[in-house]
Amino acid sequence: MNAGRVIALEGVGKRYGEAQVVRDVHLHLAEGESLALLGHNGAGKTTLIKIMLGLTRPSAGDVRICGRRPWERGFSALRARIGYLPENVMFQDGMTGRELLAFYARLKGLSSPPVPELLERVGLGAAMDRRVRAYSKGMRQRLGLAQAMLGDPVLLLLDEPTTGLDPLLRRQFYELVAERQRGGAGVLLSSHALGEIEARTDRIAIMRAGRLVACGTLAELRRQAGCPTRIRVRAAASAAEEVLASLAGFGEARPIGAGSLEFACRNGTKMELLRRVSALGELIEDVEIVPPTLEDIYDRFSETAEPQ
Amino acid sequence: MRAILILAEKEIRDGLRNRWVLGTILSFAGLALSLAFLGSVPVGTTRAGELTVAVAGLSSLTVYLMPLIALMLSYDALVGEFERGTMLLLLSYPVTRRQVVLGKFLGHLVILAVAVTVGYGGAGLFLVWSAGGELGGLGAYLAMMASSVLLGGVFLALGYLVSVLVRERSAAAGWALGLWLFAVVLYDLALLAVVVAGGDALEAGGFLALLLASPTDAYRVLNLIGDEAVAAVAGLAGAAAEAGIEASVPVLAMAAWLVLPLAVTLLLFQRRDL
Repeated sequence: MNAGRVIALEGVGKRYGEAQVVRDVHLHLAEGESLALLGHNGAGKTTLIKIMLGLTRPSAGDVRICGRRPWERGFSALRARIGYLPENVMFQDGMTGRELLAFYARLKGLSSPPVPELLERVGLGAAMDRRVRAYSKGMRQRLGLAQAMLGDPVLLLLDEPTTGLDPLLRRQFYELVAERQRGGAGVLLSSHALGEIEARTDRIAIMRAGRLVACGTLAELRRQAGCPTRIRVRAAASAAEEVLASLAGFGEARPIGAGSLEFACRNGTKMELLRRVSALGELIEDVEIVPPTLEDIYDRFSETAEPQ
Repeated sequence: MRAILILAEKEIRDGLRNRWVLGTILSFAGLALSLAFLGSVPVGTTRAGELTVAVAGLSSLTVYLMPLIALMLSYDALVGEFERGTMLLLLSYPVTRRQVVLGKFLGHLVILAVAVTVGYGGAGLFLVWSAGGELGGLGAYLAMMASSVLLGGVFLALGYLVSVLVRERSAAAGWALGLWLFAVVLYDLALLAVVVAGGDALEAGGFLALLLASPTDAYRVLNLIGDEAVAAVAGLAGAAAEAGIEASVPVLAMAAWLVLPLAVTLLLFQRRDL
């Protein structure tokens, strides 16, 4: 086995009755590495996470989590080092946040868990002695993150972790996760909130209809997807027509408002366009370069690309 | 074992918080005390100890109340956690499914044992005190308390079975209620019909077997005809002499009713694909 590899999926498939929910997934994650698992609802993300936790057994392929198969005897003990945040996490309503976290800490076998500190870290310090019944959706989500962080996990599996969190809480959330990652944990988080994932994970995997259709760094995925870089050019007010005329006919262009054009540049045409634009000198007022967003890549892979 | 104890402790805390423990204690104590007061009305020439009379009365009522309470505690133990969405998180922790079931069961059983001990035990102490320290029938009373807990365990186990078989909490409640009705009322009515219809054809041994096949009747057999003095009070002295069965037989019958449903629950729960 590879040292430091926390997730190793080889040809994993899962069938529930007639429905093939996951098929032939190969996926690896190393210690200290983070991966975003993207896909529409029903793409198989949650099932894949359940397989990794040993909550459901794959119908095909092999799974190693920290070197062990989840369905083997003794895997249960390993779960003490795994932090899991389920989608739409729910708790027993009658307990307070502090009681709940203490209960989960005991289950993980922690002798002196930093319960109040952890609750402070996720911003529940003031609410820790209130019943969870009175918690908002965002507060439950933060309590969910706190329980996932118990026991310094070496693997974090976070299923749609930031639903219900406002932008500020999201940032705090990712800071906590990043801290754990620097501490050596492998992090896998699933999402369909694409924008916020960008630049937050080392790699991105895209699932569609149970298959992994793409996996790599953002740069790699950009190359594979072949999405165009968009260049927006705004001409100086007096020279609008002149500029438009001189650039007209250059690749795909569409006007976006008065005196502005947007070009979709593919494979190397970008630099040529930029040279031409800069040759126009002062006639150009502004140039904006918009690389393909994760959203573009995601749409490309999840709708058009055929599985490899 | 550690995980089982942690889970059991949580169930007990839950029971304390939502007043389950208190309510159960109060209903048992209330039942025992009202019977004790009724029982202290002079009853002709019967010279039985207060405790002996209480066993006859209490066990006849416990046989209805205990199964109901146990089923209410247990019917949503598993299906409820699935429906609320808390089961997934629990099972992602270092606990096995066996530990989840056994931990919850242990916690619920402790709740019932505490309620019986405090409720019936307290009433028993009161009876002994009001009888001026007379301890006759103490053994039968203690046996009644212990077998009441066992009866509770049986219906907890049956409730868990319902809880793992059914996919919705409301359906589980319906099944639990039906189960209770069958076990404490319908089965005995059917048995009565059999006896009335073909009393001669049914030999005593067969009838006894049918009695012992039901956990509630096994409980009655144990408490009402197991002890000679109690049997005399209950007017079943003849039956007791005729049956001549060891106390261990109904106890074993009840233990089987506890172990089997629990084992099937474990099996089904472990096989379930989440």
